[in-house]
Amino acid sequence: MAKRLSDEQLIELIEAAIFVANTPLSKDKLRDTVLSDFQISLKRIQTAIDAIMAHYATRGVRLVKVGSGYRFQACSSLSPWLNKLWQEKAPKYSRAFLETLSLIAYRQPITRGEIEQVRGVTVSSQTIKTMLEHNWVKVVGYKEVPGKPALYGTTKQFLDHFSLSSLNELPPLPVAQDEKISQILSEPAQLD
Amino acid sequence: MSEMQQQKLPLGFLHGKAVTDKPEDLYIPPDALEVALEAFEGPLDLLLYLIKKHKLDILDVSIAKITGQYMQYVEMMKEFKLELAAEYLVMAALLAQIKSRLLLPVHKELEQEEEDPRALLIRRLQEYEQFRKAAENLDALSRVERDIYIAHALLDETQSQDVELPDLCVKELLLALSDVMARAQALTHHQVSAEVLSTRARMSHILSLLTENDGFLPFSQAFEHIEGKAAVVVSFIAILELVKESLIVVQQSDINSLIYLKLK
Repeated sequence: MAKRLSDEQLIELIEAAIFVANTPLSKDKLRDTVLSDFQISLKRIQTAIDAIMAHYATRGVRLVKVGSGYRFQACSSLSPWLNKLWQEKAPKYSRAFLETLSLIAYRQPITRGEIEQVRGVTVSSQTIKTMLEHNWVKVVGYKEVPGKPALYGTTKQFLDHFSLSSLNELPPLPVAQDEKISQILSEPAQLD
Repeated sequence: MSEMQQQKLPLGFLHGKAVTDKPEDLYIPPDALEVALEAFEGPLDLLLYLIKKHKLDILDVSIAKITGQYMQYVEMMKEFKLELAAEYLVMAALLAQIKSRLLLPVHKELEQEEEDPRALLIRRLQEYEQFRKAAENLDALSRVERDIYIAHALLDETQSQDVELPDLCVKELLLALSDVMARAQALTHHQVSAEVLSTRARMSHILSLLTENDGFLPFSQAFEHIEGKAAVVVSFIAILELVKESLIVVQQSDINSLIYLKLK
């Protein structure tokens, strides 16, 4: 095979690779696999990806960047109709599950005890187990406190699942109004 | 807990203004209790629920009033013998502590030493509310399988994966089979049975053959091939035995000539 690729050939190859791959492909992965026979800079790969993205911007399928790389996915505005293709509905997660996942996502690395402190209830082992099985969270270390509890953090698969390219894309944490607390407390206690 | 008692509860003050209408959904009917308990994610969640029922902001809430509500709820659950998670009781204790402090006159010096437990509770409530909302936001995000469908293309495998395999002839197959058979044979059990051919008997047979042939016999004639491999082996052992017992000698004139057995 020729060691040189024209821009058009590069676009074709990257487009096909992302389409046939089972997992999102990062630029590094593209360079080390399908493009390993050619010496292509990451900058050229990025340019090609941008071209593909622009090409699909007006189509039913879009090229998007998620946590572990690039993937094609159906335009989200089409989802209400597309979901008729499947009989089974996607699983609904309990509030306990979502609150625990939020705490891990926003406060990582976090221990189970710290999650329980915020939520005011114990975290069931099943909840954590399900997250670990989904590969959404992982043990990132152990806290240097008695008992050495595991510290949990989110994974790239978590970002992939929620179609986020980084944790910065999570909706901002609702702000707490600290300044108002002191004001309230300075007022005389109200007894009914 | 009757509705009468519920009505006696003092009404709240919203942003300094007295609220004259009784919040209608404050009272939880007993049969809904169990369901309600299931619905709460713990004491903080229950407290937030009670605060929201007053349509109040966390920061506007009267701790004393909420404590009363919370205690009522806990008492109700006790009355219906519902098992209360320990966390609910811990919270009840904390609320009782806060209430008792509010009843006591404030000592300026003491107040500076420890943090107002109200502040601690409000912070915890705020923090919990923060993550309750964050969880809702997270749930609202698009998710694979629910809102996101990943697009895939199939690889044309007829082009890339079809490797021509060489034809196999019957001869090679048979050779492979014989290898298998050989291996199978090596693994067969060894049967030990009574000796059909006696070495001793064969020894005397060879000796008599030698006597008949003037004490001289070509090596090959000492064997009776019709008896098969086992007999050949026994005959050979018999010859070796005879040599060992110095009854015969095995001779060969030169390297290419016949081997002879000779009586001693």
